[in-house]
Order: sequence, then C-alpha cells, then structure tokens
Amino acid sequence: MEILVQQLFNGLTIGSVYALVALGLTLVYGILHIPNFAHGALYMMGGYITLMMMVQYGLHYWLAILVSVIVVGLIGVLMERLVFYPLRHAPPIHDKIAAIGILLFLEAFAQYVWGADYQTMPTPYGQVIQLFGLTFTMQRLLIIIAAIAVMVLLYLFLKKTYTGSSIIAMSQDRDGANLVGINTNRVAMLTFLISGGLAAIASSLAAPINLVFPGMGQLVILKAFVIIILGGMGSIPGAIIGGYILGFSESLGATYISNDYKDIIAFILLVIILSVKPTGLFAKGGH
Amino acid sequence: MAKILNKRIIIPALVLFAIVFPFVTQNDYFIHVMTLSFIWMIGVYGLNLLAGYTGYLSLAHAGFFAVGAYSLGLLTVKAQMNFWLAFVLALMITSILGFFIGLIALRTKEHFFAIYTLCVGYILYLVIDKWDSLTEGVRGLIGIPAPGNIGPISFETPLSQYYLVLAILLGVILIVYRIVHSLTGRTYIAIRNSEDLAQTIGISTMKTKLEVFVLSTFFAGLSGALYASFIRFIGPDIGNIVITFDLLTYLLIGGIGTLSGPIVGTVLVVWISQQLQFLQDYRMLIFGPILTLLVIFYPRGIAGSIAGWNVKRAEKKLAKAQLEERFSQSSISAKNQVKEG
Repeated sequence: MEILVQQLFNGLTIGSVYALVALGLTLVYGILHIPNFAHGALYMMGGYITLMMMVQYGLHYWLAILVSVIVVGLIGVLMERLVFYPLRHAPPIHDKIAAIGILLFLEAFAQYVWGADYQTMPTPYGQVIQLFGLTFTMQRLLIIIAAIAVMVLLYLFLKKTYTGSSIIAMSQDRDGANLVGINTNRVAMLTFLISGGLAAIASSLAAPINLVFPGMGQLVILKAFVIIILGGMGSIPGAIIGGYILGFSESLGATYISNDYKDIIAFILLVIILSVKPTGLFAKGGH
Repeated sequence: MAKILNKRIIIPALVLFAIVFPFVTQNDYFIHVMTLSFIWMIGVYGLNLLAGYTGYLSLAHAGFFAVGAYSLGLLTVKAQMNFWLAFVLALMITSILGFFIGLIALRTKEHFFAIYTLCVGYILYLVIDKWDSLTEGVRGLIGIPAPGNIGPISFETPLSQYYLVLAILLGVILIVYRIVHSLTGRTYIAIRNSEDLAQTIGISTMKTKLEVFVLSTFFAGLSGALYASFIRFIGPDIGNIVITFDLLTYLLIGGIGTLSGPIVGTVLVVWISQQLQFLQDYRMLIFGPILTLLVIFYPRGIAGSIAGWNVKRAEKKLAKAQLEERFSQSSISAKNQVKEG
C-alpha cells in the first residue's frame, strides 16, 4: 500500500514534467501544424542554461530558471523566424526534416559547449520531509506545485487576456484570425516563445532529480509526442491529462512490471492507440 | 559539357570508376571508407523509395537496419549457422517485421506516420539494448564472420568485400531504377502528390504503400546485415535514432526523390565526415544547419537541383529556338507582304 502511494506520488511528479513539455509541443502544433521534433532540444537547452546560470554565475535557482525561460523562448522565436516561417507553404515532409536539422545542431552545440558528461544540478530544495508516514523530497513536491501553478497561469492567460484569445483564435482558423485583424506572424512568434519557455521550466524543474546531458531531451520529446497523440493533437487539456496518464502508467509500470522496460510503456501505448485509431485519440478532423 | 554529362556516358563511367577505384588508390583505408559508404547507400536507397517517392517519412529505419544486423549476428554467432543461410534469413526477418509494422503504420498519415515510426524505431532500439540475454545488451556482439565463400570465391580480404558490396549495391540500384521507371514507380509518385486522387483513379494505395514499405525495410535490413559482416562487431547504438538521421542527411544532401541522390549525398557526406574526423561528435554542428538550409533553399538536394537546372536550360533553349523561328517566320511574311503590296 505504501509503495503504491509512493509510486502514485512519483507518477504525479513525472506527469507534471511531461505535461509541461507536451503543452509547449501541442501549442505549436495547434497553431502551425508542425510536429516540432526540435522541442526536445529546447528542453535540453533549458536544463543547461539554468545549470550554467547557477554554477557559473551563482544565480539563485528561481532567477536562473527565469533567465533560462527567456533565452530558450527566444531560441524558439528564432526557430520560427528563420526556419518554420520560410517553410510555411512547403510540403509537410520538409518542416519535419528542418526540425530534425535543428535538433541535431542544438545537441551537437550543447555537447561542444558543455561537454558530453552527465551533470547534476544543485537545488536549494534538497530536504526530505515526512508526511502521513511517507517520505517526500522537497524538490519533487516543488515540481508538482510549480507545474500546476504554471498550467493555471497559462490557462488564465489563454482564456482571460486578449493576446491569449488571439492564440486560440489562430489555432482554430489561421485565415479567419488573419481576416479579423490578428497579426498571425506575431502570434506565431509568441507561441514559440511560450513553447520554449515551458520546455525550459520543465527541464529546470526536473533536472535536480534527473541529470543534465546533451541527449536528455530525446526520450522526453518522444513521450511528449505520445502524450499529445493521446490527448488529441493541438488540445491543451488533452496534453495535461495525457501527461499525467503517462506519468502514472510509467511509475506504476516500473514497480509492477519491469524497471528496465518502463520507457517502452509509452511507445507501446502509442503503437496500440494508433493501431486502433490512426488519427489519434480525440483528433479534431482535418489535420 | 552537357553532352559529356549524358546519362549514357556518365553511368558506365561511374561504374568503371568504382571497379578500378581500389587499384587507383591502393590505400586500404580509402577502400574501407568506400565500402562503408556503399553499405550506407543501400539503406539510403530504401529510405528514398519510401520518403522520396511516396512521401512517407519513416523515422524507424535505423531500427530495421539494426534488426538486419542483429539477425545476421545472432544467427551466425549464437546459432552457428552458415553465413549465407543466416544472411537470407536476416533479410526475411527484417522484411516480415517490416510487413507487420507497415500494415499498422501505413494506416496513419503525414505527421502521425513520422511520429509512429519514430516510436517504433525507439522500441526496436530499446528492445535490442535491454534484452541482455539475447542481444548481449550494451556489450554488443563480437566475432561476426565475414561473408562465407561462394564456390571458390572467398570474401576474407577487404578488396573482395569491396567488390561484393559493390555488386550488391549495383543490383539494388538496378532494382530501384526498374521500379521507378515502371508504372509502379508512377504509382508511388501519384501517392506522394495526392493520395486521395490516386485512390480515385483506381490505385490500391494501401497495397502499394505496403509494397514500398516492405521493400524499403528490406533494403535497410540488407544494409544492416552487410554492415554487421563488414565491421564484424555490432552494438545497440546502430539502432539509435541518430543513424536514421544520418541516412536522412545523406538522402537530403544528395537529393530526395532522385535516383542519383543517394550516391551523391552518401559519398559526399561520408568523405567530408572523414576529413572532419577531428570534429567527430560535433559534425552535426555543420550538418544540422546544412540539412535545415537545404530543405529551405534547395529542397531537391544536389542531384535534384542539377536536374532542375538542366530542365530549365533545355526549356530556355527551346523557348529561344521557338522565338527565333517565329521571328524569322514573321520577317518572311512581312517581306512577302511588302512584295505583295
């Protein structure tokens, strides 16, 4: 029983990180219909920049995350401007390959600048706390709380502000949004900014309990794709729920099935989903 | 110049060059690199048939490459099977696996297909990496034999392996050439251009796509099996997604959807990579941006762009000739008018 509760808690932690990454991915997909394979590289860059800010410049954890969010967000904007914008009318195979090119570049870049070694990120929240006879690390609690706070903020932003509504409008119909006077270029840039920022927050939160290394984004991004297919490509609530479903199934699978094969669970889930329904669960027709 | 670059001359010339190459260099290292690039080419041709002609971007090809390599490795090292029997079985295993995966994967389209195959590729990699008792996990398989003798011909020396790989590569190119220039090839292109339209004119798209997919995985498996018997050692890393991206880089730089693209791209990138040895892990600092820039500015790669220029030049010539003809005609008629007037 105790193990179960502990694992559910772990699932909540991992799920929060997955949900944040998947949210960024799904926002970009919803607006531009690009499966951004380079999103995992943004995640990885976020981890490294936070680490660098903390270790080299001695910034506080939260300040380091803020810098990382801004820098990675800007990398995202650059990506949109330099690569995806020129390719907006190209056949669908092209933007995928372009995204792979960016991914390869950023990974080689990280390896070149920071080395191939696995690095640990220090955290001011290393304490262990006892709650209802269970042990939690502060960092894990922090991940859950911070992730939920970010999601609530994002929700409020999208629903309550004019800019947020314009993002939603554009994801529903790009031409229509253009007609009613929404600057679709600016919205696309803004979406990439948010998407990159979310990836940076996710990796900065998760890095202290994982590790930082050039390939850290690969598995996470693959799982994020599984999540957004699970939740419906482009759907925001879908990404959040999908993230937690995957988080729970992984942590339970690791305990009750096999720890070695826990990473496969996500992909088998996806293979099953797409085998049964080739357009993904809850897909909004068309795309 | 255009006459020299004629297909009828350039193809035999290239084949001849490939045949005499080992005697020209006499350098074992160069022969090694060339053999390796021939092996990659076979895999790239497989990817090209699928991504270039039918427009389905498969990101699982490193997985199939590894399945081919591991099937051969396991059958020869652990089951002690005869090399060529194991070779044929390895190809069959890969194709059968490709058939079943294709059956499901091809029901998905565009983005879903890319993501689906990406995940399939990762599953194949993880299974190879984690299934210690069968595949030896991260330790890898050692002592894979070189290709066995065919009659009196033995393949122990690098030179004989070079010719074996070259012969198989030429066979692959011939098969691909025949397919692309047949009605089947047109069917592939029809599917790439518009699947719905292809269906309307009576093409059984699912059957055709499955055909291409299996053929494509067959080539990936062939390439993997040759790789295993040539390098003699395999680790799970050959199934890593990075290898798929490598193949994709070769294909794109050469020219996706062209016949000569895989040759041009693979030879070029492999040789440049050899020159950039000191960069090793950082070579993607160069090839990553090249890949992206190519897709934006030269989506048809080197071979495709050259073909495009040739077509354009021919069109210009034709237009000029027509213009001159019309001009001369009109001047004649003008003279006639003057006379008549």
